[in-house]
Amino acid sequence: MQALYAQLLVGLINGSFYALLSLGLAVIFGMLNIINFAHGALYMMGAFVAYFLLNLGGINYWWALLIAPILVGIFGMILERTMLQWLAGLDHLYGLLLTFGIALIVQGVFQNYFGSSGLPYSIPDQLKGGVNLGFMFLPIYRGWVVIFSLVVCLATWFLIEKTQLGAYLRAATENPTLVRAFGINVPRMITLTYGLGVGLAALAGVLSAPINQVRPLMGADLIIVVFAVVVIGGMGSIMGSIITGFALGVIEGLTKYFYPEASNTVVFVLMVVVLLVKPTGLTGRAA
Amino acid sequence: MSALTDDTLPVTPRAMRDEMIVFAVMAVLLAAVPFSGIYPFFVMQALCFALLACAFNLLIGYGGLLSFGHAMFLGTAGYCTAHALKVWALPPELGIIVGTAAAALLGLVTGFISIKRQGIYFSMITLALSQLLYFLYLQAPFTHGEDGIQGIPQGHLLGVFDLSKPTVLYYVVLVGFLAGFLLIYRTINSPFGEVLKSIRENEPRAISLGYKTDQYKMLAYILSGTLAGFAGSLKVFVAQNASLTDVHWSMSGEIVLMTLVGGLGTIFGPVVGAFVIIAMQQYLAGFGQWVTVIQGVIFVACVLLFRRGLVGELAHLLRRSL
Repeated sequence: MQALYAQLLVGLINGSFYALLSLGLAVIFGMLNIINFAHGALYMMGAFVAYFLLNLGGINYWWALLIAPILVGIFGMILERTMLQWLAGLDHLYGLLLTFGIALIVQGVFQNYFGSSGLPYSIPDQLKGGVNLGFMFLPIYRGWVVIFSLVVCLATWFLIEKTQLGAYLRAATENPTLVRAFGINVPRMITLTYGLGVGLAALAGVLSAPINQVRPLMGADLIIVVFAVVVIGGMGSIMGSIITGFALGVIEGLTKYFYPEASNTVVFVLMVVVLLVKPTGLTGRAA
Repeated sequence: MSALTDDTLPVTPRAMRDEMIVFAVMAVLLAAVPFSGIYPFFVMQALCFALLACAFNLLIGYGGLLSFGHAMFLGTAGYCTAHALKVWALPPELGIIVGTAAAALLGLVTGFISIKRQGIYFSMITLALSQLLYFLYLQAPFTHGEDGIQGIPQGHLLGVFDLSKPTVLYYVVLVGFLAGFLLIYRTINSPFGEVLKSIRENEPRAISLGYKTDQYKMLAYILSGTLAGFAGSLKVFVAQNASLTDVHWSMSGEIVLMTLVGGLGTIFGPVVGAFVIIAMQQYLAGFGQWVTVIQGVIFVACVLLFRRGLVGELAHLLRRSL
């Protein structure tokens, strides 16, 4: 049973990353109508920024949690201002192609300087060790990742669904022209939205650095799984993305315990099943 | 939603004549390669990728469907052909049929799943499906995992043509490429192709005119996958191996890149694009991962600066359809 609980925990952690990444994808898609293929690369950048901060500047994990998403978010906003904004009005496919190109560039540059092997990032002192819960041993850092991700996801949900700013955002998603007529600077909101989505990806990268090591291709395969998560959950609902992300992580964890050979493929298989049963995705509207 | 190609020229007798002339020039030039001293292996490889890109272009350029998983057809056909030749010791023609049929079957199954969603979702689904196959092939015993299937016997095609001779192999690959190319050309200019284009331009209107658009897209998808598989089968004879690289998502990305560079929805664009990208990989092979970076830069440049691609820009300049 110990092994089962351990795999469940791993599943919850992966689910945290799925949720944070698919949430960012959904927010970006809502405002920019772009599927951000660079999301995995930006997640990787988040982890690398944390690594640089620690090793070059002596800045610890806690500050990295704040600084890395901001820096990567600014990088994302520059991308949006210089490139993505010119795609408005074109077919959605061009956004996918452009961001795929950006992902290749970013990953390629990092691979040139850091190879393909992982760089270590140690767990901060305050979160080292573990607690015995009676039925399992819980490493504190892993528990922290799950709880912190959940809090961030819920905060993002609150921001978008319950605040004034979120109301503007949702309105601009529905009808940007009309919202502009009310005197709201929609292009600036679009830039900030992209920054927010990218910042969430970078945050996931920082969280994963002590667990998965810091590697140039750490986001490359992950983003494809997250795409499957997005297809399953649909991008129409924020809460849907969060729940689907965590749920699929847990299912993947269970698969690792019961049938490890399928743990790489289970999310894709589930995607196929969902498409056959309910082609619009679990929460999505027809696209 | 704006269309992928912003200036569609009507099919006129003049356009047809132009295209046939370019085709004839291309066929003659390619047929002359063995006499020119150009390394035939490079051209054969480029021809396989050119056919692959043409098959991909049938789907995106004429059906408006961006498949981000076309490597799965390349890899599946490659593995099946390689297995048939090496383990079952089948002759080359049967090996090609086995590989192409496997790709057709894969097209039928994955098409049934992915055609249910449009636009961006279709791209994500095809990408996820090809990743699913990647992991299956990674674990399946017959693919030999990381090693791939190596040392594949080339044999005699139809018992006559010795494929281990580079010149013979070259002409077999060339004939295969030209046949595939003409089939795609014929498809594009058939009534079926016209309906496909109308779906790309305005699917709701095509539906309102009574076309069952899903069936058209499905057929285009299967045809595209089958031809991509045919290219994959031919490639086995050239490379003499089948490996995981051919199923990886980065290969799917390269197929997209070739077509984008040459021009989405142009007839000759994918061929030009394939030659450009393969040549670039050859010349820059020593630069390691910088090749990936350059490919990324080309992606960005194509999308932002010249969306029509090389051939598309040329056609636009000449006001011709190419």
